[in-house]
Amino acid sequence: MVKPTLETTFCGIKCLNPFWLASAPPANCGEQVMRAFDAGWGGAVWKTIGEPITNVSSRYSSIDWAGQRMMGFNNIELISDRPIEVNLKEIAEAKKRYPKHVIIASLMVESKRETWHDIVKRAEDAGADGLELNFGCPHGMSERGMGSAVGQVPEYCEQITGWVKEVARTPVIVKLTPNISDIRMPARAAKRAGADALSAINTINSITGIDLDTLEPNPNVDGKSSHGGYCGPAVKPIALNMVQQVMSDPQAALPMSGIGGVGGWRDAAEFILLGASSVQVCTAVMHYGYRIVEDMSDGLLEWMKSKGYGTIDEFRGLSLPNVREWKNLNLNYRVVAQIHADKCIGCQLCYTACWDGAHQCIHLDRAEGGMDAPVLGTDPRYVVHEPNPHGKATPAMVEVASARAISTTPIPKLDTGGAGSNSSVTPLHRIPRVDVDECVGCNLCSLVCPVEECITMEKIDTGLRPETWAERTAVAAVNPNL
Amino acid sequence: MHETTAFSERVKVSPEIVDRFGDLHPPFEGQAAIGEANRCLFCFDAPCAGACPTHIDVPRFIKKIASGNLAGSAKTILEANILGASCSRACPVEVLCEGACVLHRYNKQPIEIGRLQRFAMDAFHASGAALPFEPGVDTGLCVALIGAGPASLACAAELRRKGIRAAIYDARPLPGGLNTYGIAEYKLPLVESLREIDMLAQLGVEFRFETVVDAAMLTELEAENDAVFLGIGLGTIHRLGLDGEGLLGMTNALDFIAGYKAGEITTVAARVAVIGAGNTAIDAAIAAVRLGASEVHMVYRRGPEQMSAFQFEYEHARHEGVKFLWHVQPVGIVGESSLEALKLQGRDGEFVLPVDSVVLAIGQGTHSEFAGASVQMERGRVVIDKATGQTANPKFFAGGDCTNGGREVVDAVADGKRAGLGIAAWLEVAHG
Repeated sequence: MVKPTLETTFCGIKCLNPFWLASAPPANCGEQVMRAFDAGWGGAVWKTIGEPITNVSSRYSSIDWAGQRMMGFNNIELISDRPIEVNLKEIAEAKKRYPKHVIIASLMVESKRETWHDIVKRAEDAGADGLELNFGCPHGMSERGMGSAVGQVPEYCEQITGWVKEVARTPVIVKLTPNISDIRMPARAAKRAGADALSAINTINSITGIDLDTLEPNPNVDGKSSHGGYCGPAVKPIALNMVQQVMSDPQAALPMSGIGGVGGWRDAAEFILLGASSVQVCTAVMHYGYRIVEDMSDGLLEWMKSKGYGTIDEFRGLSLPNVREWKNLNLNYRVVAQIHADKCIGCQLCYTACWDGAHQCIHLDRAEGGMDAPVLGTDPRYVVHEPNPHGKATPAMVEVASARAISTTPIPKLDTGGAGSNSSVTPLHRIPRVDVDECVGCNLCSLVCPVEECITMEKIDTGLRPETWAERTAVAAVNPNL
Repeated sequence: MHETTAFSERVKVSPEIVDRFGDLHPPFEGQAAIGEANRCLFCFDAPCAGACPTHIDVPRFIKKIASGNLAGSAKTILEANILGASCSRACPVEVLCEGACVLHRYNKQPIEIGRLQRFAMDAFHASGAALPFEPGVDTGLCVALIGAGPASLACAAELRRKGIRAAIYDARPLPGGLNTYGIAEYKLPLVESLREIDMLAQLGVEFRFETVVDAAMLTELEAENDAVFLGIGLGTIHRLGLDGEGLLGMTNALDFIAGYKAGEITTVAARVAVIGAGNTAIDAAIAAVRLGASEVHMVYRRGPEQMSAFQFEYEHARHEGVKFLWHVQPVGIVGESSLEALKLQGRDGEFVLPVDSVVLAIGQGTHSEFAGASVQMERGRVVIDKATGQTANPKFFAGGDCTNGGREVVDAVADGKRAGLGIAAWLEVAHG
């Protein structure tokens, strides 16, 4: 068996691995970038270089979820506050000491042709392996006509990319903003202007929260705040969708550096499966430090080994054909939920979820023989449009019965057992049952179930040939009587 | 009536007792509580709530801790259990809510419900907020409650919320019964019990302390009131029936525990034997260790498998250094004016255990003679309809140890609550 490798190329740039620091605080200076390379990062997109700015204090805020810190992260920090020449000198130094590692210069200057020509030449002279045009920063810089103010207008995007391409000798990556209704438009504009690659997504406009004592939003700058750029684990699904949209569009697709909520090897694999050639990471490093790259590399290699992939290219984009428009999904495919009683712990979250959030087809009647004599023949998708057609106990009825029950503390040797006395086995009456006939196969119960593999979605043979909505309506258009 | 002085301010807390009986289950720090609260799955029709005799909506109060709504969390607890703070400390949660937690079948670590409940209740008491209930509009009806233990307190709270006057009679100078005087101090300090009962005064519950209700007075109370609630608990601890039981050094577990909790007993003799192997016996044995005994034996006539103490109590006693003598029965008490030794009959014959003190914990008697004239009794227990607490004599209701043979505070609270609602419903029919 071939030993898999993470070595890859990104639009011609050789990379030790596909893991790059995103243009952000973790790639602020040479000292940091070199330590990141020591930790195992294959590349770094330098904190955006341009005319130095003045930052505010404070700058970051976050969303915690159920005790987990920083599920979503937000910043109102601007581009580099260091002089251009200092950044370029450090790029040159880092590149000299780490010739095999990738350094991309992220650039943002005012929208003048000469200014862009000048910064491109200086960055390339410093030794940058490529350029990333920051058309995505959504806060502060956009008010000055830069960042997402460019990325949101395909014409500007095309014009500035064109200026850069007039002089650039290294690959030009255009970083896209998600704060736009169709991300393919700026991507197509960049491609028309000759961009060599794309990176997506930049951060999403956000207000992370309001302090309920002071009524002031976060991050707090002297009692006030400003919308910031949202990132971290919370944004990954949005980023994956946008990467897929661009990569599935022949007019937009280019080598892609995937960004948005990447914190581990699984995230990286998903971006690559949707067509990315490298991934960029910021929030996870800000949370845990450069060391996270070790498991990103190790985990991805182990996964590649288990799947038989020798290189990144061997699985890049493999999931793209599996994302389709809704109208091209098979309407005759059917799954129903199955609750595996041996794994059920009796939390009944599936029950309440199905009743309140889905289709009222999970019941608490196992103790009354619900499994032995299920009532069939009322599949509501096709026949009955009535909830709870078999008159099963509603959640309110279940709760009333429990409220009436009298429980007492069990006394050892005297009582055979109270409700709390035998916790190793789930009582039969607590294990829910799925009415397979009524189940619409929505997945909700399996999503809320805390136990792995306890609720599985089982394929049911409908006996019908695959048919999509597009096919069905095409037939109907030909023969209106159908 | 001491109108101005709170019950909790009428007792002097002995620093030595505080020192020797530190929290068995220390309270949560804020962030730890939220972490633990977030671990709760928020089960539907949760088994923990079902296992709780008072049916506290456990996931609801836990999620309120997680959301930062501590006032709402305490309100949720108090709605179901007026002694929510006491129960959070005194309950054998291992066989109740925590025993029923579905996480036993998931990652084996149940939610620490007892400590979370205490967290919410501590925060509530620290906030200085009043009980989140108002007394109901006065109906002019009145109920006498005999015994100021948890059953009567819970019953009285329900009655007051329905606008029914509630007067509680107790022989002791302070309320709470065994909740105040009978729970190991490292679980529930005496002063904490009183602090919680102070809240009930806000509802207008009246107390008549140092009043021993005899059969004649009971008849009077029956005539003067619209209903009578019996929360009289059990009687004194059984005696061995041996010569020498009056010797200096002989005591019983209830007196011993009440004595040290009230600060009247601060030391014990070097060698202590506790007769019995129930939960109260364990409490007494551990107290003896904490109070400085160098050798504590538990003497039980049967084996560990018949012991009526909870398994975790047994483990706790062993951990504290208590020694167990199984299949051994006291047959004689040795001593002139004060106790010197116990004569014990074991499987291999008779032997002598030198002791300076003996604590009896071999079960409590009943109040059959007192109550038997008014209500139906069975094996010393007042017979009630479980759902309403009503006895065969419709004007009498009962709950707690006198009806269930001696269980936990939470069982008494549940009984009292059901009886309070039962009395109100019955009176509404009768006077509606």
